[in-house]
Amino acid sequence: MNSASSISASDGSTHPVSKMNTQESINMSIYAKRKRTNLIGLFLSMSAMTLGMAFLLWILSVLFFKGFSAFSVDFFLNKTPGPDSVGGGLGNAIIGSLMIVVSCTLISTPIGVMAGIYLSEYGQKNKFSEITRFLNDIMLSAPSIVIGLFVYALIVVNVRHFSGWAGTLALTLIAIPVVVRTTENMLSLVPVSLREAAFALGAPKWKVSLSIVLKAAKSGVMTGVLLALARVSGETAPLLFTALNNPFFSFDMNAPIANLPTVIFQFAMSPYQNWVDLAWGGALLITLSVLGLNIFARSYFKEKISV
Amino acid sequence: MQSTLSPEVVSQNVLEIRDLNFYYGSFHSLKNINLDIKENTITAFIGPSGCGKSTLLRTLNRMYDLYPGQRAEGQIMFKGENILNPKQDLNLLRARVGMVFQKPTPFPMSIYDNIAFGVRLYEDLSRSEMDDRVEWALQKAAIWNEVKDKLGQSGLSLSGGQQQRLCIARGIAVKPTILLLDEPTSALDPISTGKVEELVTTLKSDYTVVIVTHNMQQAARVSDFTAYMYLGDLVEFGETEQVFFKPKRKETEDYITGRFG
Repeated sequence: MNSASSISASDGSTHPVSKMNTQESINMSIYAKRKRTNLIGLFLSMSAMTLGMAFLLWILSVLFFKGFSAFSVDFFLNKTPGPDSVGGGLGNAIIGSLMIVVSCTLISTPIGVMAGIYLSEYGQKNKFSEITRFLNDIMLSAPSIVIGLFVYALIVVNVRHFSGWAGTLALTLIAIPVVVRTTENMLSLVPVSLREAAFALGAPKWKVSLSIVLKAAKSGVMTGVLLALARVSGETAPLLFTALNNPFFSFDMNAPIANLPTVIFQFAMSPYQNWVDLAWGGALLITLSVLGLNIFARSYFKEKISV
Repeated sequence: MQSTLSPEVVSQNVLEIRDLNFYYGSFHSLKNINLDIKENTITAFIGPSGCGKSTLLRTLNRMYDLYPGQRAEGQIMFKGENILNPKQDLNLLRARVGMVFQKPTPFPMSIYDNIAFGVRLYEDLSRSEMDDRVEWALQKAAIWNEVKDKLGQSGLSLSGGQQQRLCIARGIAVKPTILLLDEPTSALDPISTGKVEELVTTLKSDYTVVIVTHNMQQAARVSDFTAYMYLGDLVEFGETEQVFFKPKRKETEDYITGRFG
């Protein structure tokens, strides 16, 4: 840096000569070095992304290649077949999965959203909410097999049979922390000024929380619910210990019920070709549903906060 | 200059602030404020940033109460009651002492519901009464003609200046006694500012208005009374004409003439 030129440029004179001096004070070698660093950084991050994407595409293409041929009308409507037989599908597992996941969503959404409202609106700084937040974070990263075992010990052992409800409970325990976390985060993004504006009209706190803050963060909260749904719909371990499986169509949530993850687990490990094919089909179906849910959640609720 | 007041209008104090001290934690931000605000007048609080004018405004509807660690001591008499009394019902107080903020804050709902939200909290109106109230408030805020064909649209779809007038309409709709305006035009362009100022001057026939502003010309244009504050002290308070043309205190004169601040 040429100090003489910088002084002449900063003394406020509009003399053309001093302007030219400012131009000359740019050090080209520093600039070239920075450009080089930028190029290296760009190259490294691009290759990291390519590596990640390559594996994702690899998984997806193998799934498509092996799973798509299993798709047929039978696949969606028929029950799981016996080993080495012709025909059959995953109809009972699809229905069972839907029943478990839908009841899990119906239970975990209100609990999770209300807990999130509490943490964000009522419990900013008290001990109870700090502990809740901490425990919720632990729950968020708890291995799902542990949660499966917990429900097994709590319910299955006591009532002496596996059941759809036990599976629902296990998935609910996994979904709630996700919903709590996203709800709290989304609500805390709502600007304080909006809350104050509602209070300034004489609105009581519960009204401000429900009608203004939750409403402003609605799409973000919905995204959280959908992401929780996507997360639980592929969980296998908790269902192995709780809902188990059922080779027949069953709508009884109080009995063992077929579900996609367990069927895939069982069929993929079997030596029978028709079972293995169905497992690939089921894996593709779950992947597509989760992918679809994620894409839907991210595109439909694009603006997380409508303020 | 709007300072021609008929004597009977200025007679009654709607707010009487006595020995008011305010603390943000241990920081003493308002020092022994004594001030009367008269019914159906516009009072402006002016002063440099950080002088406590917004803080003073936020004590008048106890907005500060939302935040632990902020506290006020002293007396603010409103309709014969000390609103700083811990037993004061804050929701009722805020329904009577409305507030409009610096940045427009439309609620994430339709223009119609933005107005109706506050009204529904305290009044049980029929559909047609509510329609009338919404129209009345929007008329009063001089925005009716711009939004009457799109009442069902989101309040967020309006421009910044329109949003601010919508917020004023929302404040008016609940028919408060006092309307507090916290730098209502600082985020607006000059044309919207003009509209809001014009609107504020028409409001005083029905409401008592207290306005905080950074803009001294604005204070001079719209207010009847002006309070000049500096570092938490109320330096001078009087009729706007007097404060601007014949300030009693040297500090006020320096600020107003631009020698300081």
